[in-house]
Amino acid sequence: MKEQLEQLKAQALKKIEESKDLNALNDVRVSILGKKGELTNILKSMKDVAKEDRPKVGAMVNDVREAIEEKLRIRKEAFEAAVLEVKMASEAIDVTLPAKKQAEGHNHPNTVALNELKRIFIGLGYEVVDGPEIEYDYYNFEALNIPANHPAKDEQDTFYITDNILLRTQTSSVQARIMEKGKPPIRVVSPGRVFRADEVDATHSPSFHQVEGLVIDKNITFSDLKGTLAQFARDLFGEDTKVKFRPHHFPFTEPSAEMDVTCFKCHGKGCRFCKNEGWIEILGCGMVHPNVLRMSGIDPEEYTGFAFGVGLERIALLKYEIDDMRLLYENDARFLKQF
Amino acid sequence: MNTPLSWIKAYVPELDCSVKEYCDAMTLSGTKVESAALLDKNLSKIVVGKVLSIEKHPNADKLVVTKVQIDKEGNAIQIVTGAPNIKVGDLVPTVLDGGRVAGFHAAGEGAAPAEGFEIKAGELRGVPSYGMMCSIEELGSSRDVYPDAPADGVYIFSDNPSYEGIQPGDDAIEILGLRDALVEYEITSNRVDCYGVIGIAREAAATFKKPFNPPVIPKTGTNEDVNDYVAVDVKADDLCTRYIARVVKNIKIGPSPLWMQHCLQAEGIRPINNIVDITNYVMEEYGQPMHAYDLDMVEGDDTHAHKIVVRRADKGEKFTTLDGKEYELDDRALMICDGKKSIGLAGIMGGQNSMITDNVKTMLFEAATFDGTNIRLTERRIGIHTDASGKFNKGLCPDTALEAMNRACALVEELGAGEVVGGLVDSYKNPWKEKHLKWSYERTNKVLGTNISKEDMISYFKNEGLSYDEATGEVIVPTFRQDLNEQCDLDEEVARFFGYANIPTTLPSGASMSGGQPFKMRIEDLCREVARSYGYYEAQTYSFESNKVFDKLLLKEDDPRRNAIQIRNPLGPEFAAMRTLPVNGILASLSTNFNRKNKNVKLFEIANIYLAKALPLTELPDERKQLTFAFYGENEKNQGFYEMKGVVEEVLETCGLIGKNVGKVGGDAYVEGLNQNVGELAASAKGELSYDANSGITFLHPYRQANIVYDGQVIGYIGQVHPLVEKNYGIGESTYIAVLDLKDVVARASLDVKYTPIVNLPLVNRDISLVVKENVTHAQIESIIRAAGGEHLENVELFDIYVGEKIQKGYKSMAYSISFRGKEKTLTEDEITGAMNNVIEALAKNDIVLRTE
Repeated sequence: MKEQLEQLKAQALKKIEESKDLNALNDVRVSILGKKGELTNILKSMKDVAKEDRPKVGAMVNDVREAIEEKLRIRKEAFEAAVLEVKMASEAIDVTLPAKKQAEGHNHPNTVALNELKRIFIGLGYEVVDGPEIEYDYYNFEALNIPANHPAKDEQDTFYITDNILLRTQTSSVQARIMEKGKPPIRVVSPGRVFRADEVDATHSPSFHQVEGLVIDKNITFSDLKGTLAQFARDLFGEDTKVKFRPHHFPFTEPSAEMDVTCFKCHGKGCRFCKNEGWIEILGCGMVHPNVLRMSGIDPEEYTGFAFGVGLERIALLKYEIDDMRLLYENDARFLKQF
Repeated sequence: MNTPLSWIKAYVPELDCSVKEYCDAMTLSGTKVESAALLDKNLSKIVVGKVLSIEKHPNADKLVVTKVQIDKEGNAIQIVTGAPNIKVGDLVPTVLDGGRVAGFHAAGEGAAPAEGFEIKAGELRGVPSYGMMCSIEELGSSRDVYPDAPADGVYIFSDNPSYEGIQPGDDAIEILGLRDALVEYEITSNRVDCYGVIGIAREAAATFKKPFNPPVIPKTGTNEDVNDYVAVDVKADDLCTRYIARVVKNIKIGPSPLWMQHCLQAEGIRPINNIVDITNYVMEEYGQPMHAYDLDMVEGDDTHAHKIVVRRADKGEKFTTLDGKEYELDDRALMICDGKKSIGLAGIMGGQNSMITDNVKTMLFEAATFDGTNIRLTERRIGIHTDASGKFNKGLCPDTALEAMNRACALVEELGAGEVVGGLVDSYKNPWKEKHLKWSYERTNKVLGTNISKEDMISYFKNEGLSYDEATGEVIVPTFRQDLNEQCDLDEEVARFFGYANIPTTLPSGASMSGGQPFKMRIEDLCREVARSYGYYEAQTYSFESNKVFDKLLLKEDDPRRNAIQIRNPLGPEFAAMRTLPVNGILASLSTNFNRKNKNVKLFEIANIYLAKALPLTELPDERKQLTFAFYGENEKNQGFYEMKGVVEEVLETCGLIGKNVGKVGGDAYVEGLNQNVGELAASAKGELSYDANSGITFLHPYRQANIVYDGQVIGYIGQVHPLVEKNYGIGESTYIAVLDLKDVVARASLDVKYTPIVNLPLVNRDISLVVKENVTHAQIESIIRAAGGEHLENVELFDIYVGEKIQKGYKSMAYSISFRGKEKTLTEDEITGAMNNVIEALAKNDIVLRTE
């Protein structure tokens, strides 16, 4: 019996080894382990074995079965792997073919720049507000300490609709509206379109965007203005950005200043980008003029404040190194997709 | 304002800093330097040479060989030159071996290299040459500035008597006034005093804390009294604060001295003759324009031989200015007249009838102060602008007029240009007084955030010509500082001279505030996100456009959108109308892209339209933000409309109008402006979206357009652009556009999303194929199915439309997948069949039958 089993095992393993494919392997399996298979037949003859020998023989049969099944499994896995390999090989691709992308859209560079500014100022506790683009002369000029016939009105080359309604020339027009509505403390930024009668060229557009900032509270100082805008410049242009404040004149702030930042290309050494100055002018700012506070019903003895105005296009042009402002309004897809 | 640094140094003699240090410090104290050009930047080793001999060149007809003395000792060098204008004995600027010149030989040879040219000894046609004689262009200047320079050839000192006394070997650069820097300033409109050299010099003195030495003006004039010559009657003293007249007789016209010419040359003013040069010099120095009349042309009246009357022009008065142009005036213009006629357009230009000529014998000098606004309005109205009006329109200080007049007369005497008649005619009815300003130094420190001592502050004031009254605690401001009127102005003076850079850097104290943006801006940001995710690029276009746009868009004659708000002073007709609909800008941008052969371009814009409540405008219009999508180039034929619908519905879904379970409309807070909570517009409006093809939009394809209707209100429109409009914009592909009124969207939007429980019971699908008449819409079928489907119906999905030979003409086949789901238990087959039977029955009632083949 034992010999018979050993012989069967040897033959079976050999057949398994020699089978050429899955079908052949299956035939081998059926011929040995099937209902009429050789090993099954041996099992059937167990009844002829002496009772006391049966456990021993049974164990032997199991050993043989396990050996055969193990061999079958290994052989089957090998065949399956080979089949899979052939299938996958037939699926080989050219990994250098062009990528398939989701046709993602893009924000306008002005929006990208505005989002940066909003992020920074919202983080500093500013509320974003807006105001009308077609505005009363009062809010655009008079409430900003620019009375009738003031030369600054000429300088700004205003588009007029009627004698007292115009296209706002500056987002500062929102200042008085905010101060009339709300009580200090006030901490707002107001982005939006403004208009000036400038012919279109590489650095001018009759329509552009500004972001106005206004802070009114007790004990607001010029040093607060400096600190806030220095922080803004570092957030926008990088930690190593330095700022420089130069005295300037705006009718609605006193003292007034213009702020330069170190050129972000040469970091202040001087290059073609900053015309060898090392500095780039970024914004105008100052302490809110007491006349402006008074006109909006805020007592300048109790409250002080600062205001600043940033040209959004200026930031976008500088930050993205765009050399012609007209590109911003042509809306050429090849331009827009870069942002 | 361009001024040579030497002129500033003349009044601040102790100023000893480099040009760069000067410019940086002035900018930081508030007198912004725009540029500084070193006039001798590329000039070196250039001396006065004396031509000793001129010989023919052996090998060249157009060249000569010269000997030129280059020092006082008599040393000479040989120079080969082609200059046609030299003769023996001439003194010429001569650059020596190894020296440098700034430009080409003559004008019109293009821009010279930035670093100039080096001149080296060499041979010209076989003859050695050890230097070069220079033209004015080679010296970096031009005949505009040095009118005595010849048109062709080298500059010759000895042809101009002003250079008398110069010697060979002298520094030619210095003699030409080129050892200097030309500094250009940006003067802010409040600093009228700094439109003159004196004002800038005063700032320089205060900035560098050096003494300020303005010109000392001696008493001038003969023993005669000018009042015997001329009388002045200012009738319009509201427009003429001050009028000063003096008379100069026995005038000797001649060239002005070199130092004066150099100052004017550096300012870009051509020297003409002594009298003209003096008025120009004083105008630059004090910022006060003056005018000179030929007194013999100034007529008098019954009591005076010569008389000046300052009055408003007559309506329709015609006047010829000294440049020969005639202007028609009205009674807003201010005129200078004599006893009989007008002789000058006040503050702008004198008249042809009284201008001085080379034959002038006696002259009337005018220094006056006119109302700046009136000058500005007049020059704008009649379209004339002069150097003088550019100064007057700033609004000058009347006290400067007197200084300028006396300075001019002193220069007349100094230059020997004539005899100044004694005395002054001065009409100054309301003299300006110095201002006494209340000032608290504590307040200055409080506003600046500094801790500057009172003494330091007072010293800043004194350095710039202000004074402090210890007794009253007031700061006394002289009349020329019109810009200083209250405490805050003095705060700035302290800040300027303390140095903005020295002020500390802090952040605002006080309670921290929570920043954020209003709900409508959040909605706008979400719209951008959706647009981006659908592949749209954000465009920005102008708010104003041509009135022709309405024709381009085929708007009907009576379309209210033709009533656009008009700009009174537009840049041109193409920028005249404030847009009343947002489609033109984006179509024009698509057109640009199409012309540039960009494929499949998808653009969106968020911007206002402006709707007048009434025209002409008496109150502000309704500004309505519009979200506009547009594209050309379809991925799938005839699917453009539905692609557009896709992005529109995505926007509405994102904003909570459809497809989501939302709570309050308006989300957390709908903020129009600061602290103004408009609040919830409706409790929880979950509205119905529909499309109304009966939209009648002229610029859209009549059979491919619809209004976007939400809860019965039109909130936008969508469609293919009308083929004629596509043609008008030159877009050669099918173009689609959709517009959503964001004001309407925001009013219905909600970001207050509420969770709907997920049911895990199985979903059962039943597909049906229907035959319907061509004009029946999907929306009609869907609503019938939904109405009849019962409470377990979950979804109705159209998955096929077929029109063709298998279907009767005039009909189409539409296939739907209808799905059901039980709410608490799995649906039985009977329940589903029952629901489907109801659906089929309802459809049949509407002549919609199941497709049989």
